Amino acid sequence: MNKLAQKNDLKHLFRDGQTIMVGGFMTCGTPEGLVDLLVEMNVRDLTIVCNDAGLPGKGVGKLLKNNQVKKLIASHIGLNPEAGQQMNDGVMEVQLVPQGTLAERIRAGGAGLGGILTHVGVGTIVEEEKQKIVVDGHEYLLELPLKADVTLLYASRADKAGNVYYKGTTRNFNPVMAMAGATVVCEADEVVEIGQMAPEDAMTPGVLVDYVVAKGGSK
Amino acid sequence: MIPNPEQAKTIIAKRIAAELKDGWLVNLGIGLPTLVANYIPEGVHVTFQAENGMTGMGPVPEPGKENPLIQNAGGQIVSILPGGSFFDSLTSFSLIRGGHVDATILGTLEVDQEGNLANWIIPGKKVPGMGGAMDLVSGAKLVIVATVHTEKGRPKILKKCKLPLTAHHEVNMIVTELGVMDVRPSGLVLREHHPDVTIEEIRSLTEADLIISEHIKPMAL
Repeated sequence: MNKLAQKNDLKHLFRDGQTIMVGGFMTCGTPEGLVDLLVEMNVRDLTIVCNDAGLPGKGVGKLLKNNQVKKLIASHIGLNPEAGQQMNDGVMEVQLVPQGTLAERIRAGGAGLGGILTHVGVGTIVEEEKQKIVVDGHEYLLELPLKADVTLLYASRADKAGNVYYKGTTRNFNPVMAMAGATVVCEADEVVEIGQMAPEDAMTPGVLVDYVVAKGGSK
Repeated sequence: MIPNPEQAKTIIAKRIAAELKDGWLVNLGIGLPTLVANYIPEGVHVTFQAENGMTGMGPVPEPGKENPLIQNAGGQIVSILPGGSFFDSLTSFSLIRGGHVDATILGTLEVDQEGNLANWIIPGKKVPGMGGAMDLVSGAKLVIVATVHTEKGRPKILKKCKLPLTAHHEVNMIVTELGVMDVRPSGLVLREHHPDVTIEEIRSLTEADLIISEHIKPMAL
């Protein structure tokens, strides 16, 4: 099935109030063109799940700058001063989650699990209001799944069936977020025909991806 | 004589590098800990992990040779050495939480004599977030804190951390420009001191109760 789409044909997927996952780590592996589409559409009151707050003017930082984010679920916001400012001003709610726990909560959401147990955060404010479960004498926190209405995925290369290959450190949160989005849109640096990607190179299986757009492709 | 801040960084990085063993997988936090990579002793082969998804992390490339798709966890363009690998965040944090990382080296705002660490939030002032620090401190086999002994004259090694913790009872070792301390069940044990600094001077710059090791010796600088 050919999943190649034009970016502007995807506007029907986005609405105010949605939860959107955005791949990337300090914007390395973030689909900038799809973020631009959200900025252009000016959808508001979004809950964004991303490793971080991006950088000023880059990645999800563009959504923050445009005041489109109601809540940010991330592990680190220190490299984008706008995020701390909006949090202190009460404009945006920020839920900080240890990075490994964030990845596992997303995995739980995409993998049909009711949550995960982790020792990380025990004895810190991360444990507040969370259920503790003792297994074999060790204390764990029950961390709950995260899901999204839409995931914005990056690809170094995608075929038209939606199989995704990642170069360098661009992989980060992308594969796990591809599992946790009800709809998954991928922006690829390079799009190839079906059959042009070795199946072994499909780091994210195409069955998880609904739409593929080419980076910098025609609107 | 107390070393100045620039000397301090070099002393700390060198001393920690000497602690790393051949074959280890090591994660370096941002800032001061990254300097440790410059002082790995000859004959010791250490693999560095970047928690955003790489083992075999190499140095910052020469100008003109940067690949923007190879970055460290601080968003800095780095390189990957032969034998290295890239992976996703799930794999990266499975390595970390699963005890596959031999040592993690982190900077801190506060650390205390019970091995508690606080380095991710100053409520109401600065809230960068914990990033991967909580996972690293809870999961790595050896947790080494790299820190200057005092900040603006105030001790950083306390009886009890006042800031919200990054992890509870997880720190094994503290290295400053003035000495090397181990967190043991009996308390915080000073086992090495800067050769030009007396134990009494160190005590006066430390809020924590220091137990002086019977085998205390000068740090190799």
